[in-house]
Amino acid sequence: MFNRTVGLALGALLASTTLAGAQTLTIATVNNGDMIRMQGLTDAFTAQHPGIALEWVTLEENILRQRVTTDIATRGGQYDVMTIGTYEVPIWAKLGWLLPLNNLGEDYDADDLLPAIREGLTHEGQLYAAPFYGESSMVMYRKDLFAEAGLEMPDAPSWDFIAEAARKITDRDAEIYGVCLRGKAGWGENTAFITATANSFGARWFDMDWKPQFDSPEWKETLTFYVDLLNDAGPAGASSNGFNENLALFQQGKCGMWIDATVAASFVTNPAESTVADQVGFALAPDNGLGKRGNWLWAWSLAVPAGSEKGEAAQTFISWATSKEYAELVAEKEGWANVPPGTRTSLYENPAYQEAAPFAEMTLASIKAADPADPTVDPVPYVGVQFVAIPEFQGLGTAVGQQFSAALAGQISVEQALETAQTIATREMTRAGYIK
Amino acid sequence: MARAHTPARKAAISAVAWTVALLIFFPILWTVLTSFKTEGQAVSTPPVFVFFDWTWENYATVQERSNYARHAMNSVVISVGSTLLALLIAVPAAWSMAFSPTKHTKNILMWMLSTKMMPAVGVLVPIYLLFRDWGLLDTLGGLVAVMALINLPIVVWMLYTYFKEIPGEILEAARMDGAGLSAEIIHVLAPMAVPGIASTMLLNVILAWNEAFWTLNLTAAKAAPLTAFIASYSSPEGLFWAKLSAASTMAILPILVLGWFSQKQLVRGLTFGAVK
Repeated sequence: MFNRTVGLALGALLASTTLAGAQTLTIATVNNGDMIRMQGLTDAFTAQHPGIALEWVTLEENILRQRVTTDIATRGGQYDVMTIGTYEVPIWAKLGWLLPLNNLGEDYDADDLLPAIREGLTHEGQLYAAPFYGESSMVMYRKDLFAEAGLEMPDAPSWDFIAEAARKITDRDAEIYGVCLRGKAGWGENTAFITATANSFGARWFDMDWKPQFDSPEWKETLTFYVDLLNDAGPAGASSNGFNENLALFQQGKCGMWIDATVAASFVTNPAESTVADQVGFALAPDNGLGKRGNWLWAWSLAVPAGSEKGEAAQTFISWATSKEYAELVAEKEGWANVPPGTRTSLYENPAYQEAAPFAEMTLASIKAADPADPTVDPVPYVGVQFVAIPEFQGLGTAVGQQFSAALAGQISVEQALETAQTIATREMTRAGYIK
Repeated sequence: MARAHTPARKAAISAVAWTVALLIFFPILWTVLTSFKTEGQAVSTPPVFVFFDWTWENYATVQERSNYARHAMNSVVISVGSTLLALLIAVPAAWSMAFSPTKHTKNILMWMLSTKMMPAVGVLVPIYLLFRDWGLLDTLGGLVAVMALINLPIVVWMLYTYFKEIPGEILEAARMDGAGLSAEIIHVLAPMAVPGIASTMLLNVILAWNEAFWTLNLTAAKAAPLTAFIASYSSPEGLFWAKLSAASTMAILPILVLGWFSQKQLVRGLTFGAVK
């Protein structure tokens, strides 16, 4: 008995010494399914790397953005690994706030990362963040409603077809709306969707001299099309619908089509959540025959703040979380359909994944169709498909989004919305020194 | 003169009071109900009120994913600690303003209140830098200090109002009987001001418990209280209302219980001196 007690005490002492000697990484992340799954696999990482302990800080996206921005701008050093998006990476890398990821290990195979995604996380030829999951946008539609209406969705539809189909499917008495789109104001909500749509209509945020272009006929055409379409074939109160609201509507069988993030595909095809899981088809985001589609590109990525004292351990973690082995680990524990999508070519070549994820092919095609370095028909001085990668865009994008949302709600006309957007953008860009 | 209350009038007053109370309580009730729904039911239209399959699933998920006890303990330390610290400073301050006012007392009180008028985000970066340099980021000590300072104007104002109601002659009599300053405050003033101090304390604990700007911005993993615990359940992509409601219910439960048991004290303190 005595020996057992001594043994246990020694064991506990040894364990506490090991823990005390471990380097603890504090990881800031968002509350998305894939991230939560990663937290659940902490033990698998620490088993492989006993010298590194992980501590998670999960926050709502906007709070996370504010929190990590304050910390990195003041070099507060609260986080060793940060989850950031395609918007932040080029800006922060340019400001010297991020550590270049040049120590991800020999087996990492950075060439396997999808080129469009990798490009968005690279600054001056150097990778500054590793993609954890990537997404584009695409059309998700109800095959049964299309069949009833005698319509057939092409793989690459045009906006005209989408508008026609949406109006045909709408049956307000039965609470079936032809199309559900984002209307809630915010740079990551309606502005993202409308900016990507505008690209396919030949519109752009700025010309090569950073002059705002909301007074162009292309913007008028885009916004008129969007407002008319949702008024005719969208759900009531569309101006307050964001991703989650539309997700709920689609899952309850109230949308004929939903054009949004590819990551939604796994939610709408999940029978545990969706009442229409077996009736969902996928198509590329629409175009207008101008050579650009209305689909965006986003990747939640892991990065290390510059000056981090735990840079090496942080890169070890990032390398693990974004590796092919991690994908296999998730597949083993939770099935291939739950592997983080949109980052590696090898995943899309994997027959097991193709079988488990019916949306795989369309997701890959959508990601490939987006080009953040050349997002518009006419040339632009900025990078980004559904955003403009400049620090001022968060505020500006939301202010413009509020105008778009007000036009959709019928509070102001399309012309007034664009006029105000032009005034706001001109003022902000002049103040920030882009317009001389 | 007291007006006669007819039964009809009483019933009308009761009906209005119940309506207002239910209106105020409804969001909390809805949160609690939502926490027992599935994610699909939580967002279904038309919404379901009580006729759904009640489930504990969300509470189980929240328990499994987060360390509730640690967050709750941090909330207790921050709210109680900051309240005690604020009282320690505010009692002598309010005493001097109530019983030895100068011509600047009113201005000082107004100036203290004016610090509450600045949006918190305006001083975020300076405070963040100070915390960084003093090693206070993500520490309970730092948060206790900042919460005490933020609520100090309210605490001073509330105590000042209560102390003003206490006749200065009683303190004078104590002084004439040979009581020193500390004996005067501890043995004479404090016992008379107990209801006021207690309600100030309770209100401050509630304010500190619910504060979500500084507690989110100055913490990361170690000192994060229940506000951060709630914030971790909102999601930009994916349904989250049921889990968020479960987390919120768990977060407000302790303070709701505290408020319930101390409501008499709270009301007595808040109306102290209102009727003479």
